[in-house]
Amino acid sequence: MASSVVVDFPKNFANALSNPQLRRNLRAAMDTLGMRRRAIFSDKDAFEALRAQGDAIRQRSLRQLPQLLEQLEKKCTENGIQVHWAETTTEASQICLSIIQSHHATRVIKGKSMVSEEMHLNHVLEEHGIEALETDLGEYIIQLDHETPSHIIVPAIHKNRDQIARLFHDKIPNTPYTEVVEELNAIARKVLREKFCAGEVGVSGVNFAVAETGTLCLVENEGNGRMCTTAPPVHIAVMGLEKVVERLTDVPPLLRLLTGSATGQLITTYFNMITSPRKSGEKDGPKEVHLVLLDNGRSKILADPELRQTLKCIRCGACLNHCPVYTRLGGHAYGYVYPGPIGSILTPQIEGLENAGAMASASTLCGACEEVCPVKIPITHILRRLRNESYSKTDSPNAVKGHGYKSNLAESLTWKGWALTNSAPWANVLNAKLLGLLGSQLTKLSKVELVKNWTQVRTMPKFASKSLHALAKEKGISDE
Amino acid sequence: MSSSRDNILARLRAAVPQDHAVAPEPATPPSVELSRTEKVARLKQRMEAMHAEVVVTDAAGWRDALKTVLRNRSLNGLLYAPATALGQELAAAWDSDLPPLVGYTEDVEQSKERLFAIDASITSTQGGLADVGALILWPDPNEPRLMSLAPPLHIAVLDATKIHDSLADAIALERWQERMPTNVLLISGPSKTADIELVLTFGVHGPKELIVLILDG
Repeated sequence: MASSVVVDFPKNFANALSNPQLRRNLRAAMDTLGMRRRAIFSDKDAFEALRAQGDAIRQRSLRQLPQLLEQLEKKCTENGIQVHWAETTTEASQICLSIIQSHHATRVIKGKSMVSEEMHLNHVLEEHGIEALETDLGEYIIQLDHETPSHIIVPAIHKNRDQIARLFHDKIPNTPYTEVVEELNAIARKVLREKFCAGEVGVSGVNFAVAETGTLCLVENEGNGRMCTTAPPVHIAVMGLEKVVERLTDVPPLLRLLTGSATGQLITTYFNMITSPRKSGEKDGPKEVHLVLLDNGRSKILADPELRQTLKCIRCGACLNHCPVYTRLGGHAYGYVYPGPIGSILTPQIEGLENAGAMASASTLCGACEEVCPVKIPITHILRRLRNESYSKTDSPNAVKGHGYKSNLAESLTWKGWALTNSAPWANVLNAKLLGLLGSQLTKLSKVELVKNWTQVRTMPKFASKSLHALAKEKGISDE
Repeated sequence: MSSSRDNILARLRAAVPQDHAVAPEPATPPSVELSRTEKVARLKQRMEAMHAEVVVTDAAGWRDALKTVLRNRSLNGLLYAPATALGQELAAAWDSDLPPLVGYTEDVEQSKERLFAIDASITSTQGGLADVGALILWPDPNEPRLMSLAPPLHIAVLDATKIHDSLADAIALERWQERMPTNVLLISGPSKTADIELVLTFGVHGPKELIVLILDG
């Protein structure tokens, strides 16, 4: 869906920046998340050791990705979990749809899953008359308001309690207006409890899949993830294919990094490891478990040694919480499912630079994201790579889709001129003379379309008639 | 579709470098080995910080501790597993003034509404994790998965000798990779959320209260 929509970044950004309520909500939340993370990783050396371990585990997993996925498939199949492969999000949604339809189910309950957002699964299911209810509190809130998540961990963080109070009062029948967080929570609990009991199919994401044992791991606090994977007779887990790890012993360090980085927790309330459907004699749990492995461009990303690092991501959201751009915009302005620094490197690679390349410029390259990333993704390097490839066509088989979409004669001539004036002394002198002669006339350039994009948020420089160099020379100051 | 599988795997095989030099991986820093007393204390402190109620008792006193907990609340029943050792012990000496014991004996298809309506449950545990403060549960045919999830109050009984230093230790010492059951759960407290303005609120979709009875000695 997103790929067919043209995202107007400048407009989105301007709207977000001029929304004081949004900026207040975000600022408070991001500061708190950052503080909690720092508190949990207060021992710097221990954190660096853990991080090195997490990085190494993710690199090893990616190096063996095809073998691990085959092993995962084999193990899951032996355990009774049915494994499906999808090249595209459309294919993945179709797989889910046909499983749901084969059970004549119309009530689907969902745990939080960014991959299902990537698939636009709810939309597909609704088109076929299937109710797909989000049960994570944050996801439930935004679904009521027909919004998408603005953060990968706390999806409704752009809203404050007054807005949520109003929403519940308006959208949930017989609900009094209350701004008390506990009461809002109780309202959602009551509504969703009935749904958990009645749900026919549960859909969840996967945080880690263990190839060695065929185990799907889910990290959560609310218990809705457990409900979706335990109460209905059918469970469908959707997973980006990079989420596989080799061994069970790879899980503890990654789990620690994930919960600490995401919300500053030592561990979440629940860590749920699912290895098979209900076995004979067991009284509950789904009788059918399906695992849908989604590629959607990930296999192409794997081919390039630098870009591959993107796939190490464990979706903790720490890069969002620490990004000066995300903190001021929130997730919706980015226009795609994955916002913030990780979204800005992942999305252009999946959707193509011609569609989402502008996301790579939504960064100051300050490097805060890299500093906090629990698996050491070189985010700023990849951002620069994407910016460069936006302007240059290359023959490399690993070039990002849509490379060179921004290349134009005026800009390449400008940079050639820039290089010349800064390398050849005669060109530098000539350039200074010219700028001095034209002087303030140059401000008129700000009306020119090409320059306007730049000058609408910046002041066009005025050039003095004589350069500093020339003035110094007149005063007899030696330039040696 | 098998063609998608083949296409994806072919692309992945072509993409993974064959000659990649494997960098040595940093070893897991050795965890500090704690005594049993220290493990009990740490688990208690961590779980209480996550709003679990932790009662340290012993093999002789735990039934009385449980009864005190139950008498302080008005509950419509206590879901239990009749076939476990714990369940048999409970049934053998149940007082009439306590909430009635309700056995989880039927498949969920026959009992779902009752499971969602009962106020409390009691389960055993496979062990605990001292470093993060969590219980390990391995639900099985006798003690099914919904027992620790559907009722608003979950009471868990933990043997102090089964508390591990860390998850890594539990996996290694108990060789989980050779015997993963249908479902393994780590539980660190009552269910919670911070989805509204990051305000921490307890009791969302899972239990609102978690009481841990640690049998130490």
